[in-house]
Amino acid sequence: MHELGVVFYVIRDVKKVAEENRAEHVESVTLEIGEVTGVVHDLLRDCWRWAAQKEPLLAGAELIIEEIPAVTHCEACGEDYETVKYAKVCPRCGSDSTYLVQGREFNIKEIGVT
Amino acid sequence: MSFGGVPMGDFRVLEVKQSVFADNDRRANELRARLREKKLFLLNLMSSPGAGKTTLLTRTIELLGGEMKIGVMEADIDSDVDAARIARTGARAIQLHTGGMCHLDAEMTAQGLEGLETGGLDLAILENVGNLVCPAEFDTGASKNAMILSVPEGDDKPLKYPLMFSICDVVVVNKTDVLPYFDFDLDRCRENILRRNPNAKIIPVCAKTGEGVDQWAAWLREQVSLWKK
Repeated sequence: MHELGVVFYVIRDVKKVAEENRAEHVESVTLEIGEVTGVVHDLLRDCWRWAAQKEPLLAGAELIIEEIPAVTHCEACGEDYETVKYAKVCPRCGSDSTYLVQGREFNIKEIGVT
Repeated sequence: MSFGGVPMGDFRVLEVKQSVFADNDRRANELRARLREKKLFLLNLMSSPGAGKTTLLTRTIELLGGEMKIGVMEADIDSDVDAARIARTGARAIQLHTGGMCHLDAEMTAQGLEGLETGGLDLAILENVGNLVCPAEFDTGASKNAMILSVPEGDDKPLKYPLMFSICDVVVVNKTDVLPYFDFDLDRCRENILRRNPNAKIIPVCAKTGEGVDQWAAWLREQVSLWKK
């Protein structure tokens, strides 16, 4: 999907943080990615390897992905349930008055630098 | 340069805790504020490839071109066939090449607006890249978001692309002339959209014959005038 575009965003933000902190080189970048963002992790890693290599500050930096599970909340019965398993309809009461609590995150959690 | 060999200095971890979309959201809000000041309404028009964006736009310009100045930015991965079609209507048009990117972000949109030379324009329309996934993630800074769902795509599309339908202010259901040939239920489609987005305005049209396009034009006219207040 838009893995390459997202990688460019990540690189821009990481470079900014690294430069602000006078880092010599970025060794690792840890991302928090929600389960239902639609981002394909392997593709993201491929794009990362290709794009990071072009940046002296980032070349060879490892990309670490931590997945945040998707959780949906049911307004009718108050239950939280697994979004990927049951989607929009609450498995407990059958209501579709539900909303996503978490699972669409795309955060840079931390970066390891020297 | 070091390639993961011996680190030059001490290793340390910098906490960032920042959404990758935060920067774009900020730029988008800044652009919206500037547009509000300039009294320029920007419509972000999205759809799948082939849903009829350019045909709807040429119709829209026919209907509204006499009462307001319209400019169009055609975003495509490559080619300028769409901008050429729009230019034939007499509206100001430019082609934006995303260079392989599947969507436009607020920065690219702001650059596009500069290229369009918006002085004197009332309405700028961004024809986003034909895609229902990525454009939904990236706020372009537009005043309003619109999408076109064409009948052959099916009335269950809102179920497959919930984010796109939830961020749109208006959904234009295009190609209603082929309704008899498809298992497309307009009421079911309406229900599927409203379940994702209770505030969505839904306008069935046929851009080819012009049927219903006046309702779409009326919505747009009202939005442009509200934006200028």
